[in-house]
Amino acid sequence: MARRSKNKDINEERLFTRRAFILGGLQGGLVAVLGGRLAWLQLVEGRRYKTLSDKNRINVKMLMPSRGVIKDRRGELMAYNEQNFRALVIPEQTDDLHKSLIRLQGLIDLNEKEIDRILERSKKSASFVPLELKDNLNWEQVSRIEVNLTGLPGVFIDVGEVRSYPMREATAHIIGYVGAVSKSEIGGDPVLSLPNFKIGKTGIERAFDKQLRGTAGTSEIEVNVRGREVRELKRNAGRVGATIQLTIDHALQNYMQERLSDEKSASAVVMDVHSGAVYGLSSSPSFDPNLLTRGISAEKWEELLSDPGFPLNNKAVAGQYPPGSTFKMVTALAGLETGVITQNTSVHCPGHYDYGGSRFHCWKRGGHGRVDLIKALSESCDTYFYKMATEVGIDKIAEYANMLGIGHKLGIELSEERPGLMPNKAWKMGHHGEYWRAGETVIASIGQGDIQTTPLQLACMTARLVNGGFQVLPWLVARQDDVFTRDTVWPKIPVQKKHLDLIERGMRNVTTGRHGTARSSQISERRYYMGGKTGTAQVRRITMEDRLEGVQNKDLPWKYRHHALFVGYAPISKPRYACAVVVEHGGSGSATAAPIGRDLLHHVQKLDSASVQIAQDPDAAIVPVAKPKPVTPAKPESEEGGVD
Amino acid sequence: MSLLSMNAELSFKQKLLDLNWGLIFMVVLLAGVGFLSLYSAGNGDFSKWALPQFSRFCVGFVGMIIVAMIDIRYWHRLAYLIYIGGFVMLIAVEVMGHVGMGAQRWINLGFIRLQPSELMKIAVIIALARYFHLHDAGDLRRLRLLIPAALIISLPVGLVMLQPDLGTSLMIVMGGAALCFMAGVPGWIFVTGIISAIIAAFPFWHFMHDYQKQRVLTFLNPESDPLGAGYHITQSKIALGSGGFSGKGFLNGTQSHLNFLPEKQTDFIFTLWAEEWGFVGGMALLLLFSLIFIYCVWIAFRCRTRFARLLSIGLMINFALYMLINVAMVMGLIPVVGVPLPLVSYGGTSMLAALGSFGLIMSCHIHRDSKIPKI
Repeated sequence: MARRSKNKDINEERLFTRRAFILGGLQGGLVAVLGGRLAWLQLVEGRRYKTLSDKNRINVKMLMPSRGVIKDRRGELMAYNEQNFRALVIPEQTDDLHKSLIRLQGLIDLNEKEIDRILERSKKSASFVPLELKDNLNWEQVSRIEVNLTGLPGVFIDVGEVRSYPMREATAHIIGYVGAVSKSEIGGDPVLSLPNFKIGKTGIERAFDKQLRGTAGTSEIEVNVRGREVRELKRNAGRVGATIQLTIDHALQNYMQERLSDEKSASAVVMDVHSGAVYGLSSSPSFDPNLLTRGISAEKWEELLSDPGFPLNNKAVAGQYPPGSTFKMVTALAGLETGVITQNTSVHCPGHYDYGGSRFHCWKRGGHGRVDLIKALSESCDTYFYKMATEVGIDKIAEYANMLGIGHKLGIELSEERPGLMPNKAWKMGHHGEYWRAGETVIASIGQGDIQTTPLQLACMTARLVNGGFQVLPWLVARQDDVFTRDTVWPKIPVQKKHLDLIERGMRNVTTGRHGTARSSQISERRYYMGGKTGTAQVRRITMEDRLEGVQNKDLPWKYRHHALFVGYAPISKPRYACAVVVEHGGSGSATAAPIGRDLLHHVQKLDSASVQIAQDPDAAIVPVAKPKPVTPAKPESEEGGVD
Repeated sequence: MSLLSMNAELSFKQKLLDLNWGLIFMVVLLAGVGFLSLYSAGNGDFSKWALPQFSRFCVGFVGMIIVAMIDIRYWHRLAYLIYIGGFVMLIAVEVMGHVGMGAQRWINLGFIRLQPSELMKIAVIIALARYFHLHDAGDLRRLRLLIPAALIISLPVGLVMLQPDLGTSLMIVMGGAALCFMAGVPGWIFVTGIISAIIAAFPFWHFMHDYQKQRVLTFLNPESDPLGAGYHITQSKIALGSGGFSGKGFLNGTQSHLNFLPEKQTDFIFTLWAEEWGFVGGMALLLLFSLIFIYCVWIAFRCRTRFARLLSIGLMINFALYMLINVAMVMGLIPVVGVPLPLVSYGGTSMLAALGSFGLIMSCHIHRDSKIPKI
């Protein structure tokens, strides 16, 4: 037994020794290979590599590509690159860096802290590496340095690029802004690792960042033994980023921003009902994107973040509001299409509607009396829609809302866009695990409850209602370099034309009818007449006490006041423009939002934005094409001309 | 005979005297090469890389001695626990990596960013050594008994592949396989394994990340991408070759200092060393590594227990793999895989792993006659 185990041990020992020799031999062999390779590289090929190394004085640097510009439909620049002058110094060329800095202090206002920081940095890098002293120099500072250059050895001016947005607040939400590349954005394109490279953070700058970015060039620079640059040998300039031309009309855009800025917080969209091209898209309050590209102070940034109007948010595409009465066209269409109502259906409105043991109030306390569809729309009678909706049902209403562009993203080229919400029975079950209650359909019929829409969706809905039922989508980018990005043939919504015409008639009566809710806001010039619909969306439930005490909405604190909404289109003879306006906590749609809608639709028609062709020739696009077209006044009923 | 059966506790003094001072001297020498190179890589700035490396070495050095003094039976008992601990950390980074930003491969302990995959290489060897301690070469002819060993290797490999870190997972496989070989797993298994790996490589190519494919392709033809991945290899070869017989002199390596050589403080530190110290310096470094290997093999042969023997040789092989892969990589013999030169490259985890390994190897030596229960 002992013998056997000893034998076994000996066998083990032998196996281990044998295998150790195999592995050791393999390892020794590999080390020998490495040694041989080292000898080959350093001894045999050494001379060749030595010459290569001497020649290896060519440093390849990446050149920052110029970012593409962004223009409006008239060719007006909305984002471009401005020259950014920086002062730099090569420490070894100065007599005494500290003294030079003191001398510069007076010329470009450097404070003590900045000087300390520069001195600190100079210790860390080789003395021939240029150090940045200050960037974003103005002309005065540049010329002051230029004049004193002889007394400042080693100091020089370098020209870089900084993004500039000439329309400032007016385009901040559409164009967005650029900023330093964050860690999570690095990867892929090597150009992102360039120091000072800027990347689109929001808006078109973000959505079309890859196209705007361009391709980095390279510069081969000969350096001497100590790494100092001697001369440039080869330069491949890279490619400038694409020019992006938007459907926006800068004149309208400027006007919109200014018009909205009267309100504390508002947003609006103006678009083409046939093509879907967006002419103006505004959110107020806004911010100056130039502050963000040139460095914003911490206080200013805090101020932007804490503003109750959320200036950094694009409320036109990301603000989600209950549509209020502007939703009544959807309910009406669902009613007509399902056959629940016809042109002749009429309802008696006593000022309220009792359903399922609850009382639902119409906005008009005394009631509207006998109401048909046209009157229900133009005078915004709630009772009519309450009654109809209980028969149509929420799922049908949601179906038609979706057809009109509500409850989902419309795919505009802004990543900030939000989907809104169009609830139905399945949604309620899925999100709350509860059955849909019939009472919810009643309030949904007038755009209250869980329904959330963006101003963009409301404009799109209006466009689809008045363009003959084509499923237009809003879009902003018309052209990228020479390539037109859109062809605008839209599918049709499966609804009857006569139903759409009926609804359009109702909307026309809102502004032209004797009791229309927006009759006081009709455009003064007859050829520009608009149709539309007002909406006042409750933010807070109106309690019984409020009703009894007769609390006026305008007496409530700002954040509890109703949202004011208006959707409209013009001209009524041959609709071309659709718009949506939402004034947050603006009180009432007819008093606050409708006048804004009127001004926007009036202005866009005067500017005749739709007739501005986006030029084929890239050079032609720079020339403004704003020629007011002679418009022949005509009677609204038979008018065919006007804007085309 | 009495010496053979001696199982009594060794006194502290005995242990201290029995420490392998020769091995310790070589380890310090190797780390010294690292400090010199890092001082040069930092353009003569000691505080940039050399100082943090030095302070980590000091901490690790004390750790190494402590590890060496701890009884080998204790390490034997802890073997599976260490393995499980490493495995849990590996899962932790995988989960955190998904929750946090991007692919994170390390755990931040403040003074060091711990890469569990590096530690896992050692944990696999410890666990395998314990497993094979229980089953001798005769047992291993039974295939059933090989399954646990295969699992010990393949579980962490699978996780590391997910990270995805192809280089590290290959190293775990190679280190584990070498240990199996030393333990006496039948030879035909390795032959079959290598053949099937070659066959499996073809579909595997499909699942490789683009950047990994790019690395292999550029390796085959570095000139195809002189600014990207091929740049590293080309520049490294020029730097090495231009060093010549006697080198350009300390702090005078032009290629490294003009920033033609990327990653000169980590993966390409051998290049920097050989550029400045030439063929003489490069060969001396290779020789130093070889002496360390031989020393470890000598220790393995002196150990009386299967555990100590396999552990010391396994850790040596792991250490050798690092060095062989790294040096072959910077010389342009194999693709750029991102493996550091142990004890020389800048980096905390690899330093810690190497010093821990030598601590364990010395523990094997000090306790070479201790009997270890077969559990």
